[in-house]
Amino acid sequence: MIGNDRLAVRKTYKLYVGGAFPRSESGRTYEVTDAKGHFLANAAWASRKDARDAVVAARGAFAKWSGATAYNRGQVLYRVAEVMEGRHAQFCEEVAAGEGLSASKARAAVDAAIDRWVWYAGWTDKLAAVLGGANPVAGPYFDFSTPEPTGVVAVLAPQQSSLLGLVSVLAPVLATGNTAVVVTSKERPLPAVTLAEVLATSDVPGGVVNLLTGDAAELGTWLAEHADVDAVDLTGAPAHRAMEFEREAAGTIKRVLRAPTAEPDWTADPGLARMTPFLETKTVWHPIGL
Amino acid sequence: MSVFEYAPAPESRSIVDIAPSYGLFVDGEFVDGTGEPFDSINPATEEVLTKVASGSAADVDRAVRAARRAFERTWGPMRPADRGKYLFRIARLLQERAREFAVLESLDNGKPIRESRDVDVPLAAAHFFYYAGWADKLEHVGLGTQPRPLGVAGQVIPWNFPLMMLAWKVAPALAAGNTVVLKPAETTPLTALLFAEVCRQADLPAGVVNIVTGAGDTGRAVVEHADVDKVAFTGSTDVGRQIARAVAGTRKKLTLELGGKAANIVFDDAPIDQAVEGIVQGIFFNQGHVCCAGSRLLVQESIHDEVIAALQRRIGTLRVGDPLDKNTDIGAINSAEQLARIRELSDIGEAEGAQRWQPAGDLPGRGFWFPPTVFTEVSPAHRIARDEVFGPVLSVLTFRTPDEAVAKANNSTYGLSAGIWSEKGSRILKIADQLRAGVVWANTFNKFDPTSPFGGYKQSGYGREGGRHGLAAYLKGADQ
Repeated sequence: MIGNDRLAVRKTYKLYVGGAFPRSESGRTYEVTDAKGHFLANAAWASRKDARDAVVAARGAFAKWSGATAYNRGQVLYRVAEVMEGRHAQFCEEVAAGEGLSASKARAAVDAAIDRWVWYAGWTDKLAAVLGGANPVAGPYFDFSTPEPTGVVAVLAPQQSSLLGLVSVLAPVLATGNTAVVVTSKERPLPAVTLAEVLATSDVPGGVVNLLTGDAAELGTWLAEHADVDAVDLTGAPAHRAMEFEREAAGTIKRVLRAPTAEPDWTADPGLARMTPFLETKTVWHPIGL
Repeated sequence: MSVFEYAPAPESRSIVDIAPSYGLFVDGEFVDGTGEPFDSINPATEEVLTKVASGSAADVDRAVRAARRAFERTWGPMRPADRGKYLFRIARLLQERAREFAVLESLDNGKPIRESRDVDVPLAAAHFFYYAGWADKLEHVGLGTQPRPLGVAGQVIPWNFPLMMLAWKVAPALAAGNTVVLKPAETTPLTALLFAEVCRQADLPAGVVNIVTGAGDTGRAVVEHADVDKVAFTGSTDVGRQIARAVAGTRKKLTLELGGKAANIVFDDAPIDQAVEGIVQGIFFNQGHVCCAGSRLLVQESIHDEVIAALQRRIGTLRVGDPLDKNTDIGAINSAEQLARIRELSDIGEAEGAQRWQPAGDLPGRGFWFPPTVFTEVSPAHRIARDEVFGPVLSVLTFRTPDEAVAKANNSTYGLSAGIWSEKGSRILKIADQLRAGVVWANTFNKFDPTSPFGGYKQSGYGREGGRHGLAAYLKGADQ
């Protein structure tokens, strides 16, 4: 990464909110180390206010993103894969350091993460046909159902798999037309910040994805009870807080994707299971007649 | 107003035979409950119809154990085609005994016989017929080649469409291979108990369907029982919140059909007479005891006076009275408690500055009654524009532009249903796309069908009933 006689320019890792890269309004940071405990960077430690700002940004971006054509959303997500590919080496380095993986295993994780964007990009304009359709009602009506995004989804990203896991929970939220507020892995946040830089240069409108580095145990509470959040994905919630977050989410009847008992194998075929929880079904009736 | 008076045309109640008391239906038998029995009354006369057992936590536990046994020993291992055949049998029995169910429903609930006869009971039978056909085709639901049932479903249903809600819950659960413990509403348990008899006539194996009557505590025991795998609830958003909290931290799958405050949007190009029929159908169907009722009329400002005049003329012809009279349009309010809530919210509407209009005419002296009511000059901040009244009370607001109509329609914590009245197809599709509601009726209202998914956005709940979607709520795929 560095030449022999050149002092490297280090990156400042910040939050990604509303298309911009602010520091935490709280001024807080925390130390991020590699798997062996060596210092890597100081990451922004997002606060309650940052989480609330992120929800405002996600809500503001929802109309445009959910209203874009499925074809357009697919192209934008594919573009994310394209831009990621160009930063392949950087992701490999960050994943290897943060997760303590060998170079080949880190490469496999980055490859899979890029391919996952491609997979979800291809879903955007097929969901309506697979999950919706015409309903043959017993009367003179045309009746059809279509899947629609539920709105703003708060995602507690997995704590272990810092890139493949993150993409695996974020991409389905976007492919279905939702906007996202993501709390990254606390101890391994660096690939998420680099992903934010990719998103910022990939035609993803500002506010569609908001990435907060920090503590899911802390931020999860504010997001689970926030009245303008429509759904929460508790995948990365600490086991001892997940039930409490689910109870808080009940206050506004949020859709909840529960935390798995153990972090799943992110290389497995995702299926539809991470998209359907964030989709509503709208059914429209109209009379048929002359 | 009418030239000729209507002669009464009452449906005979002799077709129903109500026993002096009813037990719980557990493991294929009627058994005594260990809770304090309660009366079920006819809300149109306040006459006590019968005494009904109340299920305690111990009774619920017996029912869940019976359901678990049936799931493991009979219903689960059964050939899917045979499960389907039982459901077809039930559909046919409901059709054969349709008149009996309709009269009993109107007696216990207070709804007009015209509706119980033409809507509730036929739709209940249709639901069983529809899901019966799915039982041996589950690999085509979209959850992979081997979707599995969840196990024991605990189901709690409301009093507004007692038999129909039972069908919406029981039919998909059974078709997917689950067994059920169902708690009907405490004011309307009778058609569920008659349904238990239908299960016996169909020779449905013991324990597949268990019906535990009672009030809120009984429902809580069903929801909180540790051996229930799936909870399905239709009712108020407040209770929905409690249930979502109660199942938090468990592996129970949950679907909720909660309250609503539907906007019914009338554009200036709408055919006024048809729209007025739709407005009336939208809010006065089933006394407005409908979660998807069109309770917020959004009318374009330029046609406001014309629509209101036509609406008042039409409401003046509605007949309020004996639910068993085939001429009746609006029956009794289901309970004294609900009547008190409707009165309270209506009084608040007036106190907040809206104008109340009710047609002339007397209401019956006994029973629970509330006349069809229209509030004009309602502002979006008024409680009658925000709170679910669950009664025959319409709030009228106005708009000038389509954008304003959408903004006002979506300005609600609810998102169950909505209506659009316009002759312009492109406008209908655009507005339907922008409304945050699970069911959008365009140039019609309050239509239901077993093939058509129903359920809400936002705080109107989650999950869908009806169609393939309704079945998925009772199955898990390989990736779940």
